[in-house]
Amino acid sequence: MFKRASIVAAAAAVVGIASGAQAATLDDVKARGVLHCIVNTGLPGFSYTDANGNWAGFDADMCRSVAAAVLGDGDKVKFIPATGKTRFTLLNSKEGDVIFRNTTWTFVRDVDVKLTFIHPTYYDGQGFIIRKSKGVKSAKELDGATVCIQTGTTTELNLADFFRANKIKYTPVPIEDSSEARKNYLADRCDAYTTDASGLAATRATFEKPSDHVILPEIISKEPLGPVVRHGDNQWEDIVRWAVFALIQAEESGVTAGNADELAKNPPNPDVARLLGAEGDLGAMLGLDKAWALRAIKARGNYGEIFEKNLGTSTPIGLERGLNGLYTAGGLQYAPPFR
Amino acid sequence: MTTSVDQRSVTASGQPNVLLKLWRNKETRSVIIQIVTMALLFAFFAYIINNAVLNLQALGKTFSFDFLQEPASYDINQTLIEYTSRSSHARAMLVGILNTGLVAICGVILATVLGFILGVIRLSNNWLASRIVYVFIEFTRNVPVLLHILLIHGIMVHFLPLPKQAISVGDALFLSNRGVYAPRPEFLDGFGFTVAAFGVAVIAALIFRRWAKKVQEDTGKIYPVFLICTGVIIGLPLIVFLISGSPLTWEMPKMGRFNLQGGVMLLPEFLALWLALSFYTSAFIAEIVRSGIMAINKGQWEAAGALGIRRNRVLQLVIIPQALRVIIPPLASQYLNLTKNSSLAIAIGYMDIVATIGGITLMQTGKEMETMIIVLLLYLSFSLVISAFMNWYNKRIALVER
Repeated sequence: MFKRASIVAAAAAVVGIASGAQAATLDDVKARGVLHCIVNTGLPGFSYTDANGNWAGFDADMCRSVAAAVLGDGDKVKFIPATGKTRFTLLNSKEGDVIFRNTTWTFVRDVDVKLTFIHPTYYDGQGFIIRKSKGVKSAKELDGATVCIQTGTTTELNLADFFRANKIKYTPVPIEDSSEARKNYLADRCDAYTTDASGLAATRATFEKPSDHVILPEIISKEPLGPVVRHGDNQWEDIVRWAVFALIQAEESGVTAGNADELAKNPPNPDVARLLGAEGDLGAMLGLDKAWALRAIKARGNYGEIFEKNLGTSTPIGLERGLNGLYTAGGLQYAPPFR
Repeated sequence: MTTSVDQRSVTASGQPNVLLKLWRNKETRSVIIQIVTMALLFAFFAYIINNAVLNLQALGKTFSFDFLQEPASYDINQTLIEYTSRSSHARAMLVGILNTGLVAICGVILATVLGFILGVIRLSNNWLASRIVYVFIEFTRNVPVLLHILLIHGIMVHFLPLPKQAISVGDALFLSNRGVYAPRPEFLDGFGFTVAAFGVAVIAALIFRRWAKKVQEDTGKIYPVFLICTGVIIGLPLIVFLISGSPLTWEMPKMGRFNLQGGVMLLPEFLALWLALSFYTSAFIAEIVRSGIMAINKGQWEAAGALGIRRNRVLQLVIIPQALRVIIPPLASQYLNLTKNSSLAIAIGYMDIVATIGGITLMQTGKEMETMIIVLLLYLSFSLVISAFMNWYNKRIALVER
């Protein structure tokens, strides 16, 4: 009798937890009081542990903004480092609530692997790095050069297409992993090394004299990187998506971590008023409070501030905004209207 | 096994003794065991094949080799045949096969030559020479071949200079960390005469050799056959070449913007793999050669000496033919090892079978099952061809027993 009762109870509990968790990641996060965020095991500029052992970087900061919007405190985040292989498993087994791990949005991942991509927070593409002393200004000048690549990646195919399309010759040096590729490049086994441009910048930052190396302007493929959530929880998907959009809109409207409180009190226009919760109640529609976006922006700054702090030209990584500039500055970052 | 059959023989009423009898008979028992083993083996294979089919279905994957006709879309840095990124996966596979074949053949040749030399020196009475070779052999064969490959590749990539400062060997060979460059011969009109002269010289040498052997058998007079043959084969084409106005130029490697351009280039990956496999295998071959020579009874030397044959002729006519019978079978397995070890090329990015069809093609098409079956069959056929050749050679040199 006892046995049967406990089984029924256990089954009910399992069913209850399963159905509850399926719908409301938001409730779980609120109940837990901590956002579980899946990040890279260590990529300078994106997500890495700094000298004090704290997580830092572009993706880590984005995650803190989401935590601030949902929980009211940008430090209530538990970072779960994951490799390229384990990230989706960790998300689907509910170890993490969201992936912020420079993940490329592709058809197969979106449709077949059953993931939901939020928005490309970083438009990346394959680029080349080369020694400044070689005097190369453009990838099209690489005729006759030796190029290191990680074998078996899409990089390899993009590279072949690029050189064929430009009718120039090169010698590929296929290499198994990124650390080997870095070693070969530093030994000058190859003139240039090619991978995602942000990866090149991050790799360059680890060189002894980064200024001796230059990343060429050509980007030869599309790698839209952004946060990912599980399929099927539309509320949570909306929260993460609009938290990211709030950061982008904040940059467009000139709202920064420093002036956000001020602007919330005296909004210069209705757009800013709605964004910061002075007018209407967009937060309630998401299941949050009025000041959700204000907190997200105050946590680590707007999109532009986060970018500049972690990846921008003043950092060792030194990336230009490029495609990641606002649409008003010729980039692709564009938030739909907050109304 | 026995107990279960015993139980059954008891429970099966009527004919308990027949089964028991069959089992106790040595011959029928062996037949029964073989039948059972075969049945288990078939069941095992049926299970794996069924498992593979089911899993492929579950993943929604089809089993087909159609992908071989699609464009490969990747470039290969060492191609012995015409190949571009628009060529098919099948073509890329062929490039890989030829690259594996190249390193295997070059490796077998160098390993054999080195191995024989080392093996003979190891037996030398010169204490220093013998000890040095001993140390080399023990070091080489007791370090994993992968480390040899990485070591040689590392030395080439990190310690050889850049192409601009390439070490020039007599203005013909240029050593750099991008590879070793050599001039490429360009044949002009009239080079055909030299080729024809070479053919004539070879035939003449063969005829001379046969004639000299006959003279030796008839009269006992020995001509320096080797010297004369070599002289003819080299001398005649050389004279014709000079008379026809030296119709040959060399395309020298020139410094381009990044690399030396033109000429023949050997990639560091190829050189590292080739040298590492050769050194490693030569150490084993040296020991095989030593064992072969030591297997010949000392009495053979003494008997031949007693017949008045000179020492070098004894080695050539008496010792080596007998030693070869001991050397060839283990040598064949060394050749097989070398060929299969060449798949370690993946560690340094030499584009062999594993790197092309079993690596990039697999990754890009997602056809794991098909590509792995192809790779398996390719190595199997490589090995079978080597085995067949060595078996044929072994039969040829086997002692004809009367």
